[in-house]
Amino acid sequence: MSRELPLWEVFVRAKNGLSHRHVGSVHAADARMAIEGARDVYTRRLEGVSLWVVPSDAITASDPGEAASLFEPAEDKVYRHPTFYVVPDNIKHI
Amino acid sequence: MSDQHLQARVASIIALGDDALVLGQRIGEWCGHAPTLELDLSLANLGLDLIGQATLFLNYAGELEGQGRNGDALAFRRDVYDFRNCLLVEQPNGDFGRTIVRQLLFSAYQRLLFESLAKSADSRLAEIAAKAVKEVSYHERLAADWVVRLGDGTEESHNRAKDGLAWNWRFVDELFAVDPAEAELLTAGLMVDRNALRAPWDRIIGTVLSDATLQIPPPVRGVVGGRTGRHSEHLGHMLSEMQFLQRAYPGASW
Repeated sequence: MSRELPLWEVFVRAKNGLSHRHVGSVHAADARMAIEGARDVYTRRLEGVSLWVVPSDAITASDPGEAASLFEPAEDKVYRHPTFYVVPDNIKHI
Repeated sequence: MSDQHLQARVASIIALGDDALVLGQRIGEWCGHAPTLELDLSLANLGLDLIGQATLFLNYAGELEGQGRNGDALAFRRDVYDFRNCLLVEQPNGDFGRTIVRQLLFSAYQRLLFESLAKSADSRLAEIAAKAVKEVSYHERLAADWVVRLGDGTEESHNRAKDGLAWNWRFVDELFAVDPAEAELLTAGLMVDRNALRAPWDRIIGTVLSDATLQIPPPVRGVVGGRTGRHSEHLGHMLSEMQFLQRAYPGASW
């Protein structure tokens, strides 16, 4: 058995209304220890108002070998960006 | 306010500050040495919370005293006999088991104390306590979780928690001892009757130890003396390091 504790990915919500963002990882035996570790490592400078921790092995990553077929087709499709119309001045937060 | 009354008030606030200062410094010794990176930061945060509380208490004590001493002067330019912290907080850290058991015993006491102190007739003290109680509640939670993990963990971790508990237990009685000089402060609702905190403290600790499969140690004759300046040899060694800079370069700042 490995002596290393399992790895957890940490997500922090910086303030209400924003989504949780991945900030790093901690080692912990269970979810409660992971929350405490994440609190002490990643929110000690007022970085957040909410934490998520997720077992790293619960995350499925895309295969780097497939990157070309997954992501490159989007390269020549600039029309998918909503940049082809003018946003009125008084519309905020876009 | 009579001189005697003022002195008693200042002394009792200095004791609150010294508990936090000395334990904060002790916990700081773990920085860079804790079992894991996560715990290193947990302990550093915890120690810094305590130093922050010490700053508030000692600055306030200095203001009340009116002799021109601020928190720094009280922390760095008093000799060991003038410190009023309890003996528990000055004990060497030992291993992580002993450190975290001490933290549980002290944080549970401090949380109960600050919850009561937040209702003090001394509004400044009440404000400091109300701010600190949030920090201390987390310390208590963190320490309780670890005591349960160690106690209910492997044979090795169980024994270390058990040894830590046995080591620290003789210093518990002093936490709840009421200084006769404080009687007037209790009547005036300025300070908390520590004696009344013992029963709820026993219940909290009993629950955690039971979850941790640890026994409450048999009664021992409590060691006291810190509140009257009779300290163990450990405090002097700690202060010689903590106060070195201000002793060698008085008034140095950066």
